[in-house]
Amino acid sequence: MLSNKSISKRELLLLVIAALIGIVVLPCLNAFVPPASFFHVSNFSINIYGKYLCYAVLAIGVNLLWGYTGLLSLGQALFFSLGGYALGMHLMLMIGKLGQYKSDLPDFMVFLEFIKRFPETGGLPPHWIPFRSFWFAAAMVVVVPAVVSFVFGWLAFRSRIKGVYFSILSQALTYAATLMFFRNDFTFGGNNGLTDFKFILGHEINSAATKRGLFIASAVLLLAVYVVCRWLTSTKFGLIQRAIRDSENRVLFSGYATANFKLFVFVLSGIICGLGGALFVPQVGIINPSEMAPDKSLEAVVWCAVGGRGNLLGPILGAVGCNALKSYATHSFAEQWPYILGGLFIFATLFMPKGLIGLPAQLMEIKRKFTRKNGDAAPQTAPADVAFESATKE
Amino acid sequence: MTQKQFILTLEGVNKTFDGFKAINDLNLYMDEGELRVIIGPNGAGKSTMLDIITGRTRPDKGKVEFGKDTDLTKLNEYQINRLGIGRKFQTPSVYIEHTVFENVWLSLEGSRTVWSTLFSRITSAQRERIHEVLKTIGLVDKAQTKAGSLAHGQKQWLEIGMLLAQNPKLLLVDEPAAGMTDEETAKTGELLMSLAGKHSIIVIEHDMVFVRQIARKVTVLHQGNVLCEGTVDEVQADERVIEVYLGRKKKAA
Repeated sequence: MLSNKSISKRELLLLVIAALIGIVVLPCLNAFVPPASFFHVSNFSINIYGKYLCYAVLAIGVNLLWGYTGLLSLGQALFFSLGGYALGMHLMLMIGKLGQYKSDLPDFMVFLEFIKRFPETGGLPPHWIPFRSFWFAAAMVVVVPAVVSFVFGWLAFRSRIKGVYFSILSQALTYAATLMFFRNDFTFGGNNGLTDFKFILGHEINSAATKRGLFIASAVLLLAVYVVCRWLTSTKFGLIQRAIRDSENRVLFSGYATANFKLFVFVLSGIICGLGGALFVPQVGIINPSEMAPDKSLEAVVWCAVGGRGNLLGPILGAVGCNALKSYATHSFAEQWPYILGGLFIFATLFMPKGLIGLPAQLMEIKRKFTRKNGDAAPQTAPADVAFESATKE
Repeated sequence: MTQKQFILTLEGVNKTFDGFKAINDLNLYMDEGELRVIIGPNGAGKSTMLDIITGRTRPDKGKVEFGKDTDLTKLNEYQINRLGIGRKFQTPSVYIEHTVFENVWLSLEGSRTVWSTLFSRITSAQRERIHEVLKTIGLVDKAQTKAGSLAHGQKQWLEIGMLLAQNPKLLLVDEPAAGMTDEETAKTGELLMSLAGKHSIIVIEHDMVFVRQIARKVTVLHQGNVLCEGTVDEVQADERVIEVYLGRKKKAA
């Protein structure tokens, strides 16, 4: 089950192996193995794997809330997108004169005649100016999701909004944000969003080396997020987090201000999701409001359910697995994909409550029951009955 | 005015839910170290009274004071708990995915901020205290068992143990014997009686055998008001009590 004790040697070994594969082996297979070889990992693949890893980070964020604290947020893709937008703004300003209009301004600002709205800054909205600095943008990747999740969480938890009401509100929040970002005058590119990036930290964004670098960064991020969450589960805080999930009233009536604990987890999750989004955007080359539409958050919930919530590895497995399947399915039968995803969710909920990660234990249990029924059923019934009778006579 | 110091004072407390008077001009005074049993038919306002004391419900009017002059009506659940008022729920509320040991650990008195729980480690003094609590409730050998797999009675004891770990001045215990075997009930009674004196305890109970075992002073609630107070014998002899409560029970039996 959930081992929340300090990290074991076996777990550490597995962690190191996983880290080596992500950070060293796959990038090397991409860079140094000739394309003809069976072991070669193509640029296309490394890019798509990087995307999966970012989704895995999002799934961890969802799981931290749903699986560990009992808070089913249906709006985590909002924080993922906010992180993505924060970095995307910097990337937009790095395009320089290479855009369609050969202007220092991002294309959509030229097209929408921002020069009339913001004449004193040459057309650039004032809040865009500091995003010329990469480090400012990197800070905003953390700060913006943290602030938004803090404000929403503070209001929701202080008013004791729980269960399904919390889920609905979180979905409403991300929906409202989608509508806002769709507006051209909101200054974030409207429905086209931010795209056509050229450079990141001075490197060409579409070069093989950059893609590889971004993949490695995603693997490092995933590892770091995993380690932080693993540490969190081993603390007393982690125990209280799960206690809130199982019996919030008991925690509240034991003197803990549960709202503060939930707020902490909600903000932490928002930051994690934001970081995932920030690395996602340069790898896919676009961020637009559809990324924060409610169905994106729902998808992340499905990954957790399929992979196994309340477990740190489950969501990673679910996110990578579901997205690999999606890549395959949307090539072969795009129309049916939503049905497949929905079916997966229903199947996992009904038949695999612990998800893929809990499947081995579940199968062992079934096997145990099965062998007991067939094997030594007859000799066991008699003593059991006697024991039962003597117990009830007491 | 009397000079006597009560640990809990309820005076003129009223609470109405959608026109239904759950608590009606209720007065209750608890001495320090007292073990008080509260009985009353369903809907008499027993659980609502606990809700009002523990901050889950605010009274419409009336005085609810803890000790000399701490006004409980202005505080919320965790603030009231931190003053030293522990509550056991009617249905056992324990953390089913945690071990018995962890259940008690989370309940130990001490800092309860987010920060302290992130960085504090368990101390040997705390271990000893947990062991002591587990000994009191008879669950030492279950320390590493998941609370969810305990028997019903053991869960009830664990929750009482979790209250003890908080070292409260006042314990509010809602139907501790519900669903227990006779033997378990008797053991629970002994446990509660051994705690009286060190702690002030309010027990809400239906089971008259159990009430007889533990009660020194019984308060009968009826329609949100105190019907009468006294020893078990006095209460059972009271005409009004027989009519509203025991009488009805006899008919049913």
